Amino acid sequence: MDISLQNVEYRYQVKTPFERLAIKDVSIDIPSGTFLAIIGHTGSGKSTVLQHLNALLKPTEGMVVIGERVITSEKKQKKLKEVRQKVGIVFQFPEHQLFEETVEKDICFGPMNFGISEEEAKKRAKTVIQQVGLPEEILNKSPFDLSGGQMRRVAIAGVLAMEPDVIVLDEPTAGLDPRGRKEIMDMFYALHQTRGLSTVLVTHSMEDASRFADQIVIMHNGEVYEKGTPKEIFSSPEGLLKLGLDVPEVVRFQQKIERSFNTRFSKTCLTMEELAEEVASIVKRGAVK
Amino acid sequence: MMDKMIFGRYVPADSVIHRMDPRSKLILIFLFVCIVFLANNMLSYGLLTIYTLFMIGLSKVPFRFIYTGLKPVLLLVVFTLFLHLFLTKEGEVIFQFGWLTIYEEGFRQGVFISLRFFLLILMTSILTLTTTPIEITDGLESLLAPLNKVKFPVHELALMMSISLRFIPTLMQETDKIMKAQTARGVDFTSGPIKERVKAIIPLLIPLFVSSFKRAEELAVAMEARGYRGGEGRTKYRQLSWGLKDTGMIAVLAALTLVLVLLRI
Repeated sequence: MDISLQNVEYRYQVKTPFERLAIKDVSIDIPSGTFLAIIGHTGSGKSTVLQHLNALLKPTEGMVVIGERVITSEKKQKKLKEVRQKVGIVFQFPEHQLFEETVEKDICFGPMNFGISEEEAKKRAKTVIQQVGLPEEILNKSPFDLSGGQMRRVAIAGVLAMEPDVIVLDEPTAGLDPRGRKEIMDMFYALHQTRGLSTVLVTHSMEDASRFADQIVIMHNGEVYEKGTPKEIFSSPEGLLKLGLDVPEVVRFQQKIERSFNTRFSKTCLTMEELAEEVASIVKRGAVK
Repeated sequence: MMDKMIFGRYVPADSVIHRMDPRSKLILIFLFVCIVFLANNMLSYGLLTIYTLFMIGLSKVPFRFIYTGLKPVLLLVVFTLFLHLFLTKEGEVIFQFGWLTIYEEGFRQGVFISLRFFLLILMTSILTLTTTPIEITDGLESLLAPLNKVKFPVHELALMMSISLRFIPTLMQETDKIMKAQTARGVDFTSGPIKERVKAIIPLLIPLFVSSFKRAEELAVAMEARGYRGGEGRTKYRQLSWGLKDTGMIAVLAALTLVLVLLRI
């Protein structure tokens, strides 16, 4: 399902002294099957953009097109449920949304709200609990007896069980240990590829953005500062650095080599493997003494 | 989703009212609440209204904002008005239409009592709009300090108040966040049959309770870690200072009180 934001503006608390412009003139296209990463500092408007993707917020200006639905400020929106079933959001610290007595019930909660039968929901619960890397026995436990990392996975399973076409992730690995981070990101990437989902990832990690994304959007002060493929973005990192944002380690390493040996690589490398090959070929050519 | 709430909210600005000592503001409000009941004729109500409008003007809080915030309460005021209009049957008939008769006394009382009600709400919201919760509790603690002599736990009470006030916005944010998360999971909070909507509260309340308990525990640990051990011998970072404007404001209100008493006789 394609999603597109067209000149979207959003103001919080309109007509009060607390009125605040959160995002302005944001245009982003997310064709079906894209892996899009949104990066930016805290308060740059990332989370506001994200809430427009399934109509939790209505733009105060501009429009959001989600599949066939057009969402603008004027229209009273009805039957948003369909949209919300198709676009699943994993919020930051999703473990805060758990409430049922057992893990199974909690995972079934989403699908059943969208009219899936209990049987089918339970079947889905079994599948997704494995996808998130937890044993099936956990289904009968109370979610409040689990560890933080396990709770996170259960909450993610609850969103996956809705079988959305688009999955939106708001810093899904915040507060996890390095191994948990890697496992969860790898899982989302595998899902993205096998199920052909569109994925939108809000993250602070340049490594994740460069490794997984096809498209990167950089937000700054509520506006789109730059957008492009990881190669485009990271090959001219001046803008990023000006904002005080990081560049992936691999790119930083490449820049250092280029500077200290006064040479130029033929392309910007985004993975360790690419970088190694590139360095090897340069050494072979004898460009570096 | 809770954008329109103004009760208990602080609107930062630089005005005389904002800079007043919270103690004088509390005394002022308390006195005002008492003297509102002194008024019993047009002139005295007129004076009270002028005084209230004057205070709103001084506070520099935009009137439109007060108005949108008070809209829900306005309904109650209008309701009071109609209740008196139709139910009081004293004095001369001033209006008659079919079964509907309105008596002079009913009209008088209706207008006066709803006005009284309205003024009270306006004044008390000026207090919360111009004073941070922390200031209010500081002021209250200082005003209640004499009660310490009879072993009344003034400091603990003030602490409880400031903690609960401090966490209202946090709780609101949390509510908003969880509501959004559950909405994304297909819960409908705003439409649908009543039965469904009541059921929708469960996935909101349980996570809210869980996080509140967790937060309370974390707060207790953090306070202990920073050496909190009750109010005894505790000094204050924010010192209250009573100035000329405070005395002045009280004097103005005292004068108003005197006038009201005289008008009543």
